[in-house]
Amino acid sequence: MQPQSNSTAMQTQQPQNVQNANARTAPALLPPVDIFEDAAGITLLADLPGVAREDLAIGVDGRNLTIEAPLKLGEANSLTPVYAEVRANHFRRSFELSGDLDTAKIDAGLRDGVLTLRIPKAEQAKPRRIDVRVE
Amino acid sequence: MLFPSMLRTSGDWFADFEQLYDRMDELLGGRSAVSSIRAVGRAGAFPALNVGSSPDAVEIYAFAPGIDPKSIDVSVEKGLLSISGERQAQDGQGAGGKGSEERTAYANERFIGRFRRVVALTEDADPGRVEATYRNGVLKIVVPKRESSKPRQIQISSGS
Repeated sequence: MQPQSNSTAMQTQQPQNVQNANARTAPALLPPVDIFEDAAGITLLADLPGVAREDLAIGVDGRNLTIEAPLKLGEANSLTPVYAEVRANHFRRSFELSGDLDTAKIDAGLRDGVLTLRIPKAEQAKPRRIDVRVE
Repeated sequence: MLFPSMLRTSGDWFADFEQLYDRMDELLGGRSAVSSIRAVGRAGAFPALNVGSSPDAVEIYAFAPGIDPKSIDVSVEKGLLSISGERQAQDGQGAGGKGSEERTAYANERFIGRFRRVVALTEDADPGRVEATYRNGVLKIVVPKRESSKPRQIQISSGS
């Protein structure tokens, strides 16, 4: 009980800071994924239940691919929680991409809460032939 | 006051769950100390379930992405609501997927196969009017409460 009243006091003093801190440290759900590779590229499947297409954010920063999305269940504010196995309200997971993948041509589709990402291999990673001129 | 934060309406359903669990931990001295015999939280059970209650109904959310809604079976028998079905491997998923001979799998974390989960309904639930909807991979089941068990002030306001 003592720690709880302390945090309440902090909230009344600096509500903004505490809220921001909570948002940053809130645990994110780690979506389960399937990843497989063929000759043309890599396919990634991720379970993202409760995620709408417009809320899904897929970002590429350098060689890092990040999938981030809020989990929304609609108008659930009037509900009293009884039991919960899913206890966070957003998904986040990052992957490191290798240099032979073309991050500009990533294709994404979301259907029934399953994300399908297709990351093709870069053209430049394919072998090139160099002509040798005879002089 | 034992439950000071229960009087605060944050509007964040998941935050409420978190508080509920924290309080249960405090009171029971451990997350797994007491639980319904049919609702033991198994790690990694599919689909994950959340249950919430309102004055009018009990709402059950099953997080079951990538399933044809027609293949999900929801039934109520003797006060037990069961959700069962099968999640098929998607194109190329898993070791037996199409074209697997040319394919290297690096991760195989997603659930495949048959599933069944059971929720015990409370006495005031009305199993005759269960509604289920599937949206964005979440199955939402609404079990209305019997008229006789609803708070009386709701009946007064609707009659005026």
